[in-house]
Amino acid sequence: MTTVTKAEGAPAPTGPGGFLSVRDLQVTFSTEDGPVRAVDGLSFDVDRGRTLGIVGESGSGKSVTNLTVLGLHDPLFTTVDGEIVLDGKELITATEKELEKLRGNRVAMIFQDPLTALSPFYTIGRQIAEPYMKHTGASKKAAWERAVEMLGKVGIPHPAERARDYPHQFSGGMRQRAMIAMALVCDPDLLIADEPTTALDVTVQAQILDLLKDLQREFGTAIVFITHDLGVIADMADDIMVMYAGRAVERGTVDEVLRAPRHPYTWGLLNSMPRLDSDLATPLSPIPGTPPSLLTPPSGCRFHPRCAFRDRVGGGRCVTESPAPAPGHRFSACHLGAAQQRTIFADEIRPRLG
Amino acid sequence: MKEDLVLPAARGAAADAPPEPLLEVSGLVKHFPVKGGFPVKRTVGAVQAVDGLDLTVHAGESFGLVGESGCGKSTTGRLITRLLEPTGGTITYRGRDISHATRRQLAPIRSEIQMIFQDPYSSLNPRQTVGKIISGPMEINDIDPEGGREKRVRELLEIVGLNPEHYNRFPHEFSGGQRQRIGVARALALEPKLIVADEPVSALDVSIQAQVVNLLQKVQRELGIAFVFIAHDLAIVRHFSQRVAVMYLGKIIEVGDRDSIYARPRHPYTHALLSAVPEVTLAPDEAPRRERIRLAGDVPSPISPPSGCRFRTRCWKAQDRCATEEPPLVRLSGNRDGHLTACHFPEEPSTGARAEDIVLDPALTALEGERTD
Repeated sequence: MTTVTKAEGAPAPTGPGGFLSVRDLQVTFSTEDGPVRAVDGLSFDVDRGRTLGIVGESGSGKSVTNLTVLGLHDPLFTTVDGEIVLDGKELITATEKELEKLRGNRVAMIFQDPLTALSPFYTIGRQIAEPYMKHTGASKKAAWERAVEMLGKVGIPHPAERARDYPHQFSGGMRQRAMIAMALVCDPDLLIADEPTTALDVTVQAQILDLLKDLQREFGTAIVFITHDLGVIADMADDIMVMYAGRAVERGTVDEVLRAPRHPYTWGLLNSMPRLDSDLATPLSPIPGTPPSLLTPPSGCRFHPRCAFRDRVGGGRCVTESPAPAPGHRFSACHLGAAQQRTIFADEIRPRLG
Repeated sequence: MKEDLVLPAARGAAADAPPEPLLEVSGLVKHFPVKGGFPVKRTVGAVQAVDGLDLTVHAGESFGLVGESGCGKSTTGRLITRLLEPTGGTITYRGRDISHATRRQLAPIRSEIQMIFQDPYSSLNPRQTVGKIISGPMEINDIDPEGGREKRVRELLEIVGLNPEHYNRFPHEFSGGQRQRIGVARALALEPKLIVADEPVSALDVSIQAQVVNLLQKVQRELGIAFVFIAHDLAIVRHFSQRVAVMYLGKIIEVGDRDSIYARPRHPYTHALLSAVPEVTLAPDEAPRRERIRLAGDVPSPISPPSGCRFRTRCWKAQDRCATEEPPLVRLSGNRDGHLTACHFPEEPSTGARAEDIVLDPALTALEGERTD
């Protein structure tokens, strides 16, 4: 087995304060039907060597957030406000040239569908070698060797021969492995993985998730992992941020968010999802209604039309007042008091989870 | 109010009917030809999508079919509904062989076997109103329910939890979950005895999936309709089905009641599949762990499947015998009645953590080996 030369020097975690830090991010798209506020006042931090899992349904703004971090949004129709700081460098005001130096080098991305994210026209090896050549100035030959080495690292059998193949000659799992190899070729500090295993089968998904975890341990990369699957997040992440309709509704470590969740939306997600060990006598309790349209988001707390607990908050505050995003690591954007949340979870939610 | 909506089918099924199979499939084979060559295209091979499948579905029962993509579970669903013509084997529905029945012969049966499709965006005609979509099956089969078709459609809309006033709306006015409800209403329109649901919730958002699963469960229980529930999500299949079959490369490798498959699986592939499901564990850390099995590579191509046992190329227990001799689907000693496994060297009936994880993936063994060294 080949070893990667850069492996030994895994970057030491920087002090307090995230490696990537996003503050009050607002992303608005102008559409034919009016402005759509896809992300509204989002703040989070990611530290080196840690994984932040972002969970949410489609349209919750989880992918938009990360495209904005990489500057991959369409500048003509998008306005971005707030602060995105990567290792001390502000990214929103950065020029395209500066961003180009970052992309694929210090920050890399793994997309959901490897078949559309890989070019059908070039060999796998060339596509992996290209960013390496661009960012490190390596020769064509050295870059090719590096590509082969990376393919071996991610578990492609006979990497030297397979590097000459085109994406259509790879199976789904192998393409996703090639994507991971491409993302890690320049040894990035931050890896953004947007639903990297959604298109894969369970047994292959398990292999890929373990591979990402093992590679992270070796390279010390910070990972932002986006998914809609709470099971995957429980397996992958150190910290979790739950998003709903463009806002973060709950944030905390995996243990905090999944074992002692505080927001009614998180309760709803846990309750509506069958598990392999859940009690079969209790029916699933789905969240009523549907996610809101971001063209006309609900007033106040955006979850209030679907929330079963809004009556427990006095004065109809859920309808009129948006719960303020609290600073700090652990937070739940809800008008229910912390003690109230704990009792409701312990008495009403936890027993139903079996 | 709700009692009025119950279809007549429910009454028959409620009184524990004798377990006479509603649907019986034996030795079912479907090969899709692969064409190639120039200038004259010839058949150069076959995708062996389904290759020798036996299963029975009883009246009012929910039968789950799980497996990874390409294992032939959707093809099986389409063969049962006779949307595809089988290459071999027989499909018997209520004692009648329908494996090669003509359109005319099938006509009376078509109304009893319905299908719910995966994608609620492409399975509804965008130019038709909801009323037209749901009454379509009645029109085709020339069925005039009491009180007219419109009244029946309104009833159906209510059963599936949609507003009957939305009769004249078009599919684009509904969300994904609501569209899937329309698909369910259409499947119910002819009071079927068997519904084949092909991944009915996998295109929906997590918070919506449970709504549709609950609806299907209500329909299955209250109306006594038998379901063939095809899905790749093991937790949802467990929640919905009393009996479950696990497929791999066109064959059933293990079948049994829910408990046997999920708590006492014997086939190594079932073990691997269950261990791969990512899960939220609510229990504290000291709770017993589940076993960890990581296979290597992907599912082989169904054009040239491995000889003998099809799983042997990814199996940690494979021996020479597996390559030469195909294991029959039989009841192993110690298994419950009806729990059949196709394996020469079955695993222990437990999903608990093993002394040593089984990791076959070379990349994982390399990375994890470095760490322990």
